[in-house]
Amino acid sequence: MIEWGLFAESWPAYASGLWLTVKLTVLSLVAGLALAIPLAVLRVSPSRWVSGPVWAYSYFFRGTPMLVQLLLMYYGLGQFEWVQAQWEAGNTFWLIFRDPYGCALLTFALNTGAYTTEIIAGALRAMPHGEIEAARACGMSRYTMLRRILLPGALRRALPAYSNEIIFMLHGTAIVSTVTLVDLTGAARNAYSQFFAPFEAFIFAGLIYLCITFALVGVFRLAERRWLAHLRPRSVARKAA
Amino acid sequence: MTQLTVHDLHKRYGDHEVLKGVSLSAEAGDVITIIGSSGSGKSTFLRCINFLEQPDAGRITVAGEEIRLVPGKGGHLKVADAKQLQRLRTRLAMVFQHFNLWAHMTVLENVIEAPVHVLGVPKKDALERAMAYLDKVGISHLKNSYPAHLSGGQQQRVAIARALAMEPAVLLFDEPTSALDPELVGEVLKVMRGLAEEGRTMVVVTHEMGFAREVSSQVMFLHQGLTEESGSPAELFGQPKSERLRQFLSGNLK
Repeated sequence: MIEWGLFAESWPAYASGLWLTVKLTVLSLVAGLALAIPLAVLRVSPSRWVSGPVWAYSYFFRGTPMLVQLLLMYYGLGQFEWVQAQWEAGNTFWLIFRDPYGCALLTFALNTGAYTTEIIAGALRAMPHGEIEAARACGMSRYTMLRRILLPGALRRALPAYSNEIIFMLHGTAIVSTVTLVDLTGAARNAYSQFFAPFEAFIFAGLIYLCITFALVGVFRLAERRWLAHLRPRSVARKAA
Repeated sequence: MTQLTVHDLHKRYGDHEVLKGVSLSAEAGDVITIIGSSGSGKSTFLRCINFLEQPDAGRITVAGEEIRLVPGKGGHLKVADAKQLQRLRTRLAMVFQHFNLWAHMTVLENVIEAPVHVLGVPKKDALERAMAYLDKVGISHLKNSYPAHLSGGQQQRVAIARALAMEPAVLLFDEPTSALDPELVGEVLKVMRGLAEEGRTMVVVTHEMGFAREVSSQVMFLHQGLTEESGSPAELFGQPKSERLRQFLSGNLK
């Protein structure tokens, strides 16, 4: 009844699919975070001229499904003749968009960048105002205050929300199976069509995603123990003042 | 040398004029206590000294150097040179009512932060300095704790050590004991009295009349944005000249 042969024969394909999933997830998260930190600082600026463009970027990428963004980038751009001309000419920048891997990385980086920008901006705004005053009062420049007080405080505060974002990205990369890339979900689809056993094919992929998520959650708990130690409640048996 | 001179400070919030011309002069070793009822402008005055609030008019001179001011937006003054303000702020250290310790750093890290990253003191020297000041305020056994795990009195003593670590010309205290419950007030006042006896220059806004009477060299009574009376503690508490001060003291005497 259960097609055990599927697991035995397909696991190399699943392994290489998993590798693609991990690459896409890690690279887009790293790029997205690198983009989001400076953008979050701009996003909380009191000047509309500075925060406006960042707001527009994050509104677009959070306001549309990631699948739509990916399809726009992969199929949509190829519709324009001047883009096709760039491809003919061998323009290395535009050739990124011809390649599904390039399109996927870019879409995912911009997408997670937008969500992470809003997470960090929210954490920056939640900084207790007194701590900022204390920093100003001891003569810190804006840059030093940002580097030593604001960002360390905000990134720590953002850790729980950002952990969620990491998990969403891991699962979100599954959509590349619609643009000819064979990631973990793509390997599952191929196994399904090869063995006509959809339950086995997809439960196998699902279990792998589950294991990775479980491991990630363990890492986040360690990270929170380290970086959010200052927020833990005082232990009951506290030494007297 | 006169450590701090504030001349004729004015400040308004919209239509409401909070400071109508208040002046102060502090020589080395002076302990000036500013008293007054809520809304008299005492905290605003203190916060204008290190430019946490922007005054509308007046002159401020710290350790012989005057802060250059130019007219800014909304009728307020702003500093002409931000670097000068940063430099002068390192000569004025402030202790806040709500402690304002940096929550993500331990006690020791809080105290070395400004010397290392603002003054450029090498980390080893800053650590020695920090341990000495934490010892002085009686907190050295808590050096690796986070502020959220300390009591109010302990946090305020850390804040005082943090201010001292900058080795400022003048220490500014903005109602340092107002957020503490009565048992913890004593331990902080004891530290402040020790600093006064050492000869530190301090400007203290407080409701603690005992401290004002016993420790300060000069007391200023502010009422509705003006210095109603100013003089030695003996003069102000013994023979108050103004009616308003008499009323204030009769409502406040412990």
